[in-house]
This record gives sequence, structure tokens and C-alpha cells, in this order.
Amino acid sequence: MLADKDRIFTNLYGQGDWGLEGARKRGGWNGTKEFLDQGRDWITNEVKASGLRGRGGAGFPTGLKWSFMPKVNDGRPHYLLVNADESEPGTCKDREILRHDPHHLIEGCLIACRAMDAHLAFIYVRGEFVRERERLERAVEEAYEAKLIGKDNIHGWDLDIIVHHGAGAYICGEETALMESLEGKKGQPRLKPPFPAGMGVYGNPTTVNNVESIAVVPEILRRSAGWFSSIGRANNVGTKLFMVSGHVNKPATFEEALGESLKDIIEKHSGGIRGGWDNLLAVIPGGASCPVVRGEDMMDAVMDFDGLRDKKSSFGTGGMIIMDKSTDIIKAIWRISAFFKHESCGQCTPCREGTGWMMRVMERMVEGRAQKREIDMLFEVTKQIEGHTICALGDAAAWPVQGLIRNFRPTIEARIEQYTYSSTSDGAVPSIAAE
Amino acid sequence: MVARRLADKSVQPVAFAFTNDNATWAEWKIGQYPAGRQQSAVIPLLMRAQEQDGWVSRASIEKVADMLGMAYIRVLEVATFYTQFQLQPVGTRAHVQVCGTTPCQLRGAEGLIEVCKSKIHHEPHHLNADGTMSWEEVECAGACVNAPMVTIFKDTYEDLTEDRLAEIIDAFAAGNGQTIKTGTQTERLNAAPEGGRVVLLEEATTYREKFVPPAPPPEAAPAPAAAAPAAVAPATPAAPLAPTTAGRPRDVVEESAPAIKGPSPDAKVSEAKAEGERKAADTAAKDNGEPNKAMRPNATGAESDASKVDGGKAPGKASADTPAADGTNTSVKKTRTIIAPKANPKEVNPVAEKGGDLLLFVAPEGAADDLKWISGVGPVLERRLNALGITKWSQIAALTPEQIDLVEGSLNFKGRIARDNWLAQAELLARGGEAEYIRVFGKKPR
Repeated sequence: MLADKDRIFTNLYGQGDWGLEGARKRGGWNGTKEFLDQGRDWITNEVKASGLRGRGGAGFPTGLKWSFMPKVNDGRPHYLLVNADESEPGTCKDREILRHDPHHLIEGCLIACRAMDAHLAFIYVRGEFVRERERLERAVEEAYEAKLIGKDNIHGWDLDIIVHHGAGAYICGEETALMESLEGKKGQPRLKPPFPAGMGVYGNPTTVNNVESIAVVPEILRRSAGWFSSIGRANNVGTKLFMVSGHVNKPATFEEALGESLKDIIEKHSGGIRGGWDNLLAVIPGGASCPVVRGEDMMDAVMDFDGLRDKKSSFGTGGMIIMDKSTDIIKAIWRISAFFKHESCGQCTPCREGTGWMMRVMERMVEGRAQKREIDMLFEVTKQIEGHTICALGDAAAWPVQGLIRNFRPTIEARIEQYTYSSTSDGAVPSIAAE
Repeated sequence: MVARRLADKSVQPVAFAFTNDNATWAEWKIGQYPAGRQQSAVIPLLMRAQEQDGWVSRASIEKVADMLGMAYIRVLEVATFYTQFQLQPVGTRAHVQVCGTTPCQLRGAEGLIEVCKSKIHHEPHHLNADGTMSWEEVECAGACVNAPMVTIFKDTYEDLTEDRLAEIIDAFAAGNGQTIKTGTQTERLNAAPEGGRVVLLEEATTYREKFVPPAPPPEAAPAPAAAAPAAVAPATPAAPLAPTTAGRPRDVVEESAPAIKGPSPDAKVSEAKAEGERKAADTAAKDNGEPNKAMRPNATGAESDASKVDGGKAPGKASADTPAADGTNTSVKKTRTIIAPKANPKEVNPVAEKGGDLLLFVAPEGAADDLKWISGVGPVLERRLNALGITKWSQIAALTPEQIDLVEGSLNFKGRIARDNWLAQAELLARGGEAEYIRVFGKKPR
């Protein structure tokens, strides 16, 4: 378990001053100029050596991503685009960074921009985070006033930061949709290639990173890459913000080392499962798009990228949704299907039509008003959506349903039987509320 | 997706104008974006219009379009695509947005929706009897550890119970919304667990302890202390390019150090240094009467006793004077925007110095495979691939789309890898050599 001195986000709960003074007292903006003076290759190598993997869900190595930016400037400006469009259900970590530790993010932007030869950074905050955005805008102003960023700043690397915001579209968390939205269009993902590193915002080379990935960089440089890579297991190193929501005694956001077991984490930070560990029904380990896993399978789960792949799920953003045995699991997954149906951008047919179709079938299955063979058909359709769309939203919509069928098929069948048994001769079902 | 339409004509206002403050703000916001990219400001402007009027009317859409020089349909698209824009009037005192997505649902959001139905209107997006309140169910509002929650205007009200929400709705309906505390409604510090935080109990300091890796391998480069500039100063020339420590994850290291050395900014450094060495040798040569051998280790002096012939302007001498007069120089110069500490010339990537080629891959140990067996690869491409560090079929078979992009970029053959299907061919060859190739393709590899 992580010691307090090894935590990066030291004002996570807003117990201290979020402003520049407070950030400096906690070690922020300390030695930034030395890092910048060592040049882009040093910074990129250091981030690579730290083993930092993107914190937005896919886990792509951050340093490697930075190195895709063109080495030779062809006259087009380079941009950094920070993805603060945090909308994955179960995920609320970037919110705490934006409102309580914004200077980590701003300092990280400066360093990342140096590493990719950029002089302009966009921070795209989701529209719902109004107070968080106001906080961040104030922090950016503070940094300008103190000449930490801006033209001719004390660090010798010109940087402008534009805080932009969205208006409530989950799909804008996808990097190409994010760029479309930033350009003032509908947030519909673009085909890749061209990749953002070659042609991104306004057709210029762009790197898109999650808030947390950028915000941890200053501390990694300050404490050295070796410090970061010494935490956790090989290939899954460092500290991470976790969120526990749902049926635990004390839901919370906290920073912890990767590679701890689910049980230890929940016992320490969230006071255990409501009604004890025997009462655990299922866990969605990394935000709503990850397949659901049965509680008994999660007892020995290791919370990192590889540990959850072994459980046929995904680490995602680290937002665990815990469900105890009082949960109607079919309904919970139906609600996720409804979410994806609502958030599909409508560009690709399999996703636009498929998400609505899945939701309607799931709606019947919640009641039990279905045939058992339709379970297989539903599974088959999820396979037809997965991988046949421009972006990963189609996949993300298919996985929770697949996870449900894989792990809770008996529950679905029992529900269908219950409905059939309670039907009367004229087909009407009085009520299955007792169930 | 959701079908969203503008409100009925009967409620649409005839005109819309920003207040003076908002107009000034809008001008500043538009000016923030790069020249010619003012369209980027469409979402912030529409949002400000909504803050001013409570909802987005047709007139405000047209006004924003005019301000940004956009077609009306483009702004209409944006207004209907993003669900935070209210396309019909909402309650004058509050519009309650209840998060109904799974994490909130598990903690009782359905109960909150029932409260809204009974206290405001049984249908979402409808005004209550006196027009002061309305409600809707929204998708995840991003406060999952404080579930269940509602959003009213800019503020969130978290950790709700049904009773507490009823109180909040009553307060807003009576026009006393500002008396309600925002954020969590229980005794809790933001996202910390209820009953006090269990971590972050120590006071954070500015001091950062230098990290000492537990068991550094003998040849690992010393870790420069992050906060101590002296340790990373040019005094240790090789350090800046070397990653600081040992414990690196497996699959990152393959891509790591050599990959991004690229056209090294230090190439110029080495060139300058070489020039210095040459001059020093030149001086020394004049002093002791020996010919200058600095740039030509095998020189005997017989072929370029230039000073006696033409005062040092013999052709051989001239090329020694400008050691980098070939293509290298130009390609190196382009990268010189970077200020880097001096590096040991031995550290400079040889490939980068020759022609700016990137060494993208680490050539694996062992004998190289004959890449020409892949249909589409000739001797020239094979040489270039080898120069990139690709010597094995298995490496080609494992290329990721990003890497293919990079490789094709440096080969100058866009789309070639996919068109000739290198990956499948290479995979067969790597798996079973010639026999496997014949089995699948029915012909011998070239």
C-alpha cells in the first residue's frame, strides 16, 4: 500500500489551498525550468522509462505516444489537447484534479508541450463540470500572472493554454471526436489514419492525453522515472486514482499503487462491501464500458491493466462499480445499454441501430418477457456491432452485454422462466414485483 | 442518439442579443482561438446564450452563427447534437437534472426520479403548474463516488436522499435556492470517504526525496536528482539522453531509448566538436611539421602536403575543412531549434548522422532473415528496412498500425505494406518458413 509521501495528488480532497501558493507549498512548479532545459528527448525518454501508461482507459504508453509527434517541424504548429471530457460512468477522478490540484495539470501541460514542440495547449473540459472549469480557468490565470506560462515566461518556453468546454456528449471523450468538437462541429469521430500525431486539431499535429496522464508527469520528473516504475508490477507501474462507487460502505476517490488486490483496496479505503464480502454479486472494474465480472471471480483480482485482462475484463479508468446481492443485475446492465444508446453519435449504422436494439431487447429481459433463444441472438448481435464501427463506442456498448451473458446467463434464464410461470391463460402477467 | 428538435414556434422569441458583459466576453473568447478558427467558439457561445436566457432559442442560434460567420445549419447541428443545450424553456427557478446512470441508480437515483415526478411533473422536460420548475434525467454527470446526485444550473447536490431532494426542490421552488449548501449534503469532505479521510493525513512538503532504486544493475546510468540542477548539468554529458533508472517495464523498453533518438539534436554538437578537434590537430600539425591527420586517420601526408602547393586550398584539404558539406548538414540543421546539453559524440545515433533516417526498431540478435522473400520487398527496400532496425520476418508480422505509418513514411511508400500484404506473408514465413508459405500461397517465395 502506498505511503502518503508517495502520493502525487496531495490535495485530492480539497483539504488545502488549491491555488498557486498552495501548490508551491506542496512541491508544485519546483525545478520545472531544469526539466525543460534538458530538451524534448530527455523528457520523452524519462516518461518512457517511467513506464507511465495512459490513464484514460486504453493504457497506451504515454512516452511512446509523445514520440509519434513529428521530430522535424514542417511549419505547422504542434498542439497538445488534454482530454478532460470525463464521462465514463463510474469515473470521477479528473474532476478532483481540475478543482483541487489544477496546477499539477498546468505544469504537466508545459512539460508535455516542451516534449512535443508545442506552444499551444487546449484543455477540453466536459460541459457538466462548470465549477471545475471555473476553478481551472482561475488557476490558468494565476499561472499567467506569475509568468509561469504565456509569452516570455520564466521557463523560457512559450505556452498558451486555452480552456475549452463541451456540452454533454460522452462521445467527445474519443480523441478524434474531441478534435471535431473543439473545431466547433458535431462530435463525430474521424477515421484513422491519418492519426492525430500527423493531422489533428485544425489539420496540425496533435497529441491527445488524459488529464491524469499529463498531471502526473511533473512529479515523475521531480522524483525520477525509477521512482514511478518501482511502484506496482512490471508493465503496470505507478500510482493511479481509483474510484469506488455503488454498494460499498463508504464510496470514495483515492490514489493507490497499481497491482493491489481489489479486496485490500476496498477494505482500506471504502470500508468493505455493504453486508460483507459474501454479499458481493458483481463488479464492473473500470467504468461502464468494461465487461461485468462475478463477485467470486473478483476476490483475488489484482487491480491493474494485466490483472483485469486475466479476468476477461478491462482496467479502464479505474472506476469500480460494486454491486451487492440486492442488485437487479439485468436492470443495471440495461441502464448501461440505455446510456450507450443515448450517447451513440449516429454516424455508423451498427452502433446507431444496434445500441437501440440492444437496449430494447434488454428492456424485455429485465421483465423476463423474452425467449431463451434470444439470449444467444443478443450475444450474436453484440458481436456484429463490436469492431464494425469507426470508434470504440460500438465495442464499449457491446462489452457490458457480453459480460452479462457470459457471467449471468442463469439469472436471465430464471427471469424468463419466472415470467412464463406467472403468465395466465390469456397471456397477461399480474406482477413480478415480488421477485 | 436522441432526436432533438427546436421548440415550437409559439414559444420562440423573435430576437436574441447578448448583454453587454456577455458580448464583451464573447469577443474575448472568439479571440482566444487561432486566427480563422473562430468556429471553435460555438459551444462556449451557445452555452453563454443558454446561461443568459435559460434555454437555446432559434434566434440565439442564428445570432451565434452570424457572430462566427457560420451557416445556420452548422450551429443548429451543434445545438441539437449536444444534450446539455435545452431546446425548450425550462423552469424559471430551477431545472433539476437527475443523474440516472448505473452508479447513481445503484445508490437510489430511481427514488430521486420519483420525487421529481411527484413534486414537479410526471413527465421530464415539462414545467410544473406555476412554471417555476422542470426536471429531466441525464446521463452520468461525473460525481459517481458521491451518488446519487442532481445538478441544478452550475452546481451539483451530492449524496442525496429522497427527503433531502424534496427539501432542495421546495427551497428552489420558493426562490431560496441559494440557501442550500452545494456539493455533498452529508458530513463529508468532497470525494473523501464518509467519516474522514483515511489517507493524505500527513502534511505535504515541497521537499522531494531523491529516489534510490532498490538494486540497480551495475551499468545503469546514475539517476539525476530531479530537484538538484547541479546533478543534471552538462558535467555528465551522456546522462541527458539516458533514461534514469533500471526498473522499466518489458514492452516499453523495446520501443524505448533508440526509437526516439531520431535525428538527434546532438548531431550538430558532435559536428562542432569534431571541427574543434580538427582545428586543434591542425595547429598541432603546423607546430611539429607533421601533416594533419585528424579527419583522415590513414593519411600519410604525401597526398596533401597542401601548404607547399597552394596555401591549403587543395581539393582534399577542402573536403576536410567542411566535414559535413553533404546532405547530412541540411537535415541536421532543421532540428536545431532544440537547446540541448552537449552530448558525447559517440552517443550520437550513427544512422541519424548519415541521412536522418530514424532507427525505429531494435534489430534483434541473430542472423537476419531474407526479407526479399516477402513479395513486394526488393533489395533496396530490404536495405532500408534493415537500416530502420527490421531484420526479421517476425518483426514485420508484429507491426502495429502506428508503426506501419512510421515505416511507410520513412520508406516513402504510402500504403505499400497493406497493398502487398506484408504482414500476412511475414507471419507465415516467421511461423513455418518456406514450407508454410508454399502451403498457403501455393508458390515459392521469391
